[in-house]
Amino acid sequence: MRELVLQRGIVLGPGGPAAADVLIREGRVVEVGGHLRAEKVIDCDGMLVGPGFVDLHVHLREPGQEWKEDIESGSRAAAAGGFTAVVAMANTEPATDAGHLARYIQERGREVGLVEVIPAGAITLGRNGEHLAHLDELWKAGVRLFSDDGNTVQDAGLLRHAMEYISDLGGTVAQHAEDPGLTRNAHMHEGAVSSRLGMQGIPSLAEETIVARDLALAELTGVRYHVQHVSTAGTVELVRTAKRRGLPVTAEATPHHLALDHTEIEQMDSAYKMYPPLRSAQDVAAVAEALRDGTIDAVATDHAPHAAAEKDVPFEEAPRGVIGLETAAAVVQTFVAPDPVTLFERMSLAPATIAGLGEHGRWLEPGVPANIVVFAPDVRWTPRRFVSRSGNSPFLGRTLTGRVMATVHNGDVTYRSE
Amino acid sequence: MKHFLTTDTLSREELDGLLDLSDEFVEVLSRPIPKVPALRGRTVAMLFFEPSTRTRMSFERAAKALSADTMSFSPGTSSLSKGESLKDTALTIKAMGAEALVVRHKATGAPWRIADWTGLPVLNGGDGAHQHPTQALLDALTIRRHFGTLGGLRIAIVGDIRHSRVARSDISAFSTLGAEVTLVGPSTLLPVDLTGWPVVTAEGIDEVLDRDVVYLLRIQTERGGASVLPSLPEYVSRFGMTRERFARMPDHAVVMHPGPMNRGVEIAPEVADHERSLVESQVANGIAVRMAVLFRLLGGEVADA
Ligand SMILES: [Zn+2]
Repeated sequence: MRELVLQRGIVLGPGGPAAADVLIREGRVVEVGGHLRAEKVIDCDGMLVGPGFVDLHVHLREPGQEWKEDIESGSRAAAAGGFTAVVAMANTEPATDAGHLARYIQERGREVGLVEVIPAGAITLGRNGEHLAHLDELWKAGVRLFSDDGNTVQDAGLLRHAMEYISDLGGTVAQHAEDPGLTRNAHMHEGAVSSRLGMQGIPSLAEETIVARDLALAELTGVRYHVQHVSTAGTVELVRTAKRRGLPVTAEATPHHLALDHTEIEQMDSAYKMYPPLRSAQDVAAVAEALRDGTIDAVATDHAPHAAAEKDVPFEEAPRGVIGLETAAAVVQTFVAPDPVTLFERMSLAPATIAGLGEHGRWLEPGVPANIVVFAPDVRWTPRRFVSRSGNSPFLGRTLTGRVMATVHNGDVTYRSE
Repeated sequence: MKHFLTTDTLSREELDGLLDLSDEFVEVLSRPIPKVPALRGRTVAMLFFEPSTRTRMSFERAAKALSADTMSFSPGTSSLSKGESLKDTALTIKAMGAEALVVRHKATGAPWRIADWTGLPVLNGGDGAHQHPTQALLDALTIRRHFGTLGGLRIAIVGDIRHSRVARSDISAFSTLGAEVTLVGPSTLLPVDLTGWPVVTAEGIDEVLDRDVVYLLRIQTERGGASVLPSLPEYVSRFGMTRERFARMPDHAVVMHPGPMNRGVEIAPEVADHERSLVESQVANGIAVRMAVLFRLLGGEVADA
C-alpha cells in the first residue's frame, strides 16, 4: 500500500492552519489528526504542510529547445520548488497551436510523473498574431488557458474574435502585454538607469496601454481575462479598477518583479534581463501590495531557462528570461512575507482555479488528492546550483528565507531537500 | 588603474593626472621623431566590433608612438560571423598574446564583460550609447589647453544626447573638472530621465550662445529615423550652429565637434573651419590622451601621483 505520514506540521486545512499529522494513502489524504502512523514518515516539525504550489507560467522548452530545458528537467525543477502542477507556455517550436501538440506535452509530463504539466494553447497559429489557432482542438486536448506569451496579440480585431471564441469554449485569454511600438530596440525599464546606461528603455506604458485596451475588449466579449507578469503600478491600478467593476479579470506577478528593481541593471549582468523588465522601486512596492491585497491573484514564475553560454554575452545581446521554479516560494517569503494562508492562496489555490485544475490547490482534508508541499518559512539558505538544466537566476548566491522541504504529487514524494 | 572603462568613476585628481600626462605626450608628438620606447615589446589588440576607422587609427597611432605592437580584429572577416561567441573571440585574442584590449562594441557594457572574461586591462573605445571615455579625455584636454582650465567654464552640449556615448562621458568629465554643463536638444533626443545628472537643460541653441564652449554632436540620422526628427532643415533652424549664430557668440568662445561632421546640419562649413573651432585640435589631442591611457594601463606607475 502506498502510505505516508507527514508528521507534526502546521497543516493548512479548510479551517485554517493547525498542528496535525497528515495520513496519505493511494494518492489521497485519508486523515488529518494526531498520532497517525505509517511505514513511511516525514517529520514536518515547525513546517507548513499545505496544498502543492501551482505555476501558471513556465517555459519547459520542449519541443524545440531541449538544450535549455525539457519536460523532464523542468518537472524536476518544479518539484524542487514545491510545485505539483505547472502550465507550460505555448512558445515551443513548433508552437502549441493544435491539439496533438498539446496532447504530446501533457503525455510527456505524465510519463515523467513528477508534476502535472498542463499546456497553455496559443491564441494564434504559430503565435504570429495573424490567424486563430486550432482553438477547438486545443480545448478538447485539455487546454484551459490561451496565450501567445512571448508575443502580444496586437491586432485588436483578431483579439476580439479570439476572446469571443474562447469565451464560448469556457476558457481564459491570458496576455503578455507589451506594445511593440514602444519597445523597439529596448532591453530594460525606461527610467533613470536606462538613461544613464544609454540603453533604449521600455516604458511602463508599453504594458499599460495593452492591458487597458484588453480590459475594454474583455468587457465587450465577456471572456475571462488574465494579465500575465504584471510589472507596473499602473497595471495594478487598471486591474484593481476592473475587479471593482466586477469584470472576470485575474492577474499574476513573478517573484522577481516582487523582489527586484531596475537598479540591478547597473551591473549590466544578463541574469537580470527579462520581459517585462525589472521596474522602479515604486512599481515593485505596488506589485507586492497588490499581491498582499489580492488584486494580483497569483504568483507565477515565468520560469524561462537559457543555456549558460547564451546568457554569457553583453546584456543587450542576451536572451530575455530568468528561471524561477526552485526559488519562487522562498523569494515571495523573503520579499513579501505573507501570512501562510495568503502564501498558499497566491501560490496554490488561485492559480489552480485560474488553470482549471480541480486536483490541485485544495486545503488539506480527508478525500482531497495528495498534492502537497512541506514548506519551512523560516529556514535561511543560499541557492548555489539548480535542478533545472539552466542556471540563469538573479537569486543565485542570495540568501533567502523559506525553503521547500518536501513535495508530494499524487501521494508520491517527488522532492526532499537534503 | 586596472581598466579605462568610464569617466563616471574618475576623480578630479585622476582626470587632472591623465591630462598632465597627455600634455607630455602632446610634446612628444611634436618632436621630429614622434615616438618613445615606453611600451616596446608590449602588445595591444584592437577589438573593433563596430566599425570606426577614425577611433581605431587614433588608438593604433597612439600604441605605435609608444613603440607597442598592435593586433587588429574586425568582425567583417572574422569567425564571429561564423557563430563564434564574443567570449571565445576575446579569449582567443588573449591566447595570441594581447596584453591590453581596446574594445569598441555596439552593446552597452561589452567592454566590462570582456574585462571579466579575459582579466586583461581593457580600454573602452565606445560601448553602445553608454561611454566613450577617451573621447571625453581628449575633449577635456583640448579645452584645458585652450582655456588653461575647465574650472568655472560654461559648456553647452547640443544635439542627440540620448544616443550619444560622447555626451555621457563628456558630461561626467567636464563637471568633475569644474565646468557647468547645459544640455540642448529636442525631447526626442534628450535622455528620458536626467535624475542625478550634473546638468541643466535649455530649449534651443539660441539660449546657449553666450557659453564659453558650444559642443555640437553629430546627428545620427540612422537612429530612430523619421520618428525622432521631422526633418533636417527643422533641426538646423532650432539647433544648428549657423554662421549667424556663431557671430553672436562672444569673441573668446569656441565650438567643438567629435566628428565626423555633417557640415551644414549641426555645424555650418564656415564655422567648422573657423579659427575658433577646435575640431582639428581634438583629433590631434586624441592620440596623446590614448597614449596616456595606454601608458598608464601597461607602462606602470611613473606618472601616478
Ligand atoms: Zn511573457
